[in-house]
Amino acid sequence: MSIVAALGHGPGNGPAPAPVRRARGGAYLLLAPGLAYLGLFFVVPVVALLATSLYVPVPGGDVGQFQPAFEWANYTRALATYWPQMVRSFAYALIATLAALVIAYPMAYVIAVRARGRVFLQGMLLVLVIAPFFTSFILRTVAWKQILADESFVVAAMRAVSLLPPDGRLTATSFAVVAGLTYNFLPFMTLPIYASLERLDPRLVEAGADLYANGPTTFWRVTLPLSMPGVVSGTLLTFIPASGDYVNSVLLGNNTTTMIGQVVDSRFFKVSDYPTAAALSVVLMVAILLLVTAYVRRSGTEELL
Amino acid sequence: MAALGDPAAATRAPGDEEGGARSGADLTLEHVTKEFGAFTAVDDLELTIPSGSFFALLGPSGCGKTTTLRMVAGLEHPTSGRVLIGGRDVTRTRAHERPVNTVFQSYALFPHLSVVENVAFGLRRRRAPDPLGKARDALELVELPHLADRRPAQLSGGQQQRVALARAIVNNPAVLLLDEPLGALDLKLRRQMQVELKRIQTEVGLTFVHVTHDQEEAMTMADTVAVMNAGRIEQMGSPAELYELPRTAFVANFLGQSNLLRGTVVENGAATLGVDVDGRRVRVPTARSVSTTGTVLVGVRPEKLHLLRAGDQAPESCNVLGPGRVTDVSFSGVSTQYQVHVPGLGTLGVFVQNILGGAGAALGEEVHLACAIKHTFALDGAEDATSGAVRLDARDV
Repeated sequence: MSIVAALGHGPGNGPAPAPVRRARGGAYLLLAPGLAYLGLFFVVPVVALLATSLYVPVPGGDVGQFQPAFEWANYTRALATYWPQMVRSFAYALIATLAALVIAYPMAYVIAVRARGRVFLQGMLLVLVIAPFFTSFILRTVAWKQILADESFVVAAMRAVSLLPPDGRLTATSFAVVAGLTYNFLPFMTLPIYASLERLDPRLVEAGADLYANGPTTFWRVTLPLSMPGVVSGTLLTFIPASGDYVNSVLLGNNTTTMIGQVVDSRFFKVSDYPTAAALSVVLMVAILLLVTAYVRRSGTEELL
Repeated sequence: MAALGDPAAATRAPGDEEGGARSGADLTLEHVTKEFGAFTAVDDLELTIPSGSFFALLGPSGCGKTTTLRMVAGLEHPTSGRVLIGGRDVTRTRAHERPVNTVFQSYALFPHLSVVENVAFGLRRRRAPDPLGKARDALELVELPHLADRRPAQLSGGQQQRVALARAIVNNPAVLLLDEPLGALDLKLRRQMQVELKRIQTEVGLTFVHVTHDQEEAMTMADTVAVMNAGRIEQMGSPAELYELPRTAFVANFLGQSNLLRGTVVENGAATLGVDVDGRRVRVPTARSVSTTGTVLVGVRPEKLHLLRAGDQAPESCNVLGPGRVTDVSFSGVSTQYQVHVPGLGTLGVFVQNILGGAGAALGEEVHLACAIKHTFALDGAEDATSGAVRLDARDV
């Protein structure tokens, strides 16, 4: 059995190949433009944002005049006042992300798996997924206003089947805001899941069937786990921008559906309360960072990514 | 529903779950045909593989051997015909309902599961008791218990191959299917795995159906080899039978090499045929002839030919061909391969074992070729003499 023993420790445990000599200088040179761009347009603004969030009004100054300080109370004040909008933003983003996942996964599955090998059909379906990007985000959201309007067929149909009371409406409701968010971020959910499923080796599905797993079990035990990287990136690409979004709630909501993006917008542009706007932005950023870190850790897809 | 939940139930003895009688089951294909559009991949295949045997389906790529295997696995369904496992008709059942497991050519290990979970996958689906314990036992069998907790990506090709084998064997299938399982391994590793596979088959006693395009692999491992070509089985038998007495030009050329000479039967005796090959009389045992009238292909294996140099005496009861001229000599240590051009017959290959040491015939030397009558065979003369021969421009993977 010595052959076998030797085999067991065969090529896998052999000496590692000699490391390729790295040209360090060259790598940094290639990274330089990117680093410079990020430094200038990301690091500097973030530092400025952090600083602004701690500013205090100039005593006796005009509206919108602030001076540097370490006013940590800006944060407690902002949170005390605007926590409902903050919570609502995350709630809407979460519901929209789940809804987008439910809609996008089967869509991506059909395009990637069922249409596998039919290049033209796959291409056409992908174009359809991306097609909304050809028109402006604002226009498409305004169009939803028409779709969900009181006199629209959607409302009429929902009333007819008693999904809505006879006097029920969809515009200016939280439903409309979440529907808008779901719609607008759907491609960001679909494409990464599609990419994951496209890469999935169909022979693994056959192996599942060969090992006594029926269709649903193979999906649950093989296909879904292997598409998790796509699901994770899709949910991140949807949840992060959706929680900071304000266009949908401005165009499709009312004053009870205000999201945190709207608050930042109005604090900043309407009342020139820069420190509060900055503090809310920082809180949003940190909250997203924490939520996303926890999510990625929990989903345990690091090694698949 | 019991058969659905436990697909192997119908073909397994009750004690099997505890690792008792492991014998596999007969596999029968009845008039199985598989068409993909206008292309017939498998053409009216008739095959019975007895339980517990190591069976090889040998053929060039595109001959239908993998399609046949996939129909047994349930990954393809025959256009017509029946598939029976242990006497039970499984033609209409799907892959997960069949008591069959496959070692895939690409191994198809689940990258998101550890090695031991890969092996336990089938056991868990069938809700077998103690899946992890059994999976570890199976890893023991393929001598990889120390890698149980690794991911497949951390394993070498040879190790992945063994995991794939363990993952199939652990389910104690009625039939184990191997789809070119050694194709991705380098030559040395492949040789070792051939020995290893044979050992495991003997140890577990399952019915193994091995698909390969490597004639040496098929001959070393299998009890029975079926040579497939263009969707049909050309010939089936033990490796020695196939080699010593091929019945078609394809088998004669695909399984080893053959010198095939076209001739006409001029004397039809009870024991031997007299065949006129380009004016020379050659004798062939009647029992070794596919066709006993008209045109035939007289065949002889290169190692059965003897080189007769000037002054050598022709042995008793031999066919002698020649004179011819040596056009190529390649010495490989164990043997020397000569190409001898005989005018009117073409170029014949001759293998001479290096028993005497010393130099054999030289390039350009004039020689005669002798072959014992009992080693000659005759095929149907209507066949293409080059069918199944290795062409350098169309070499298999």
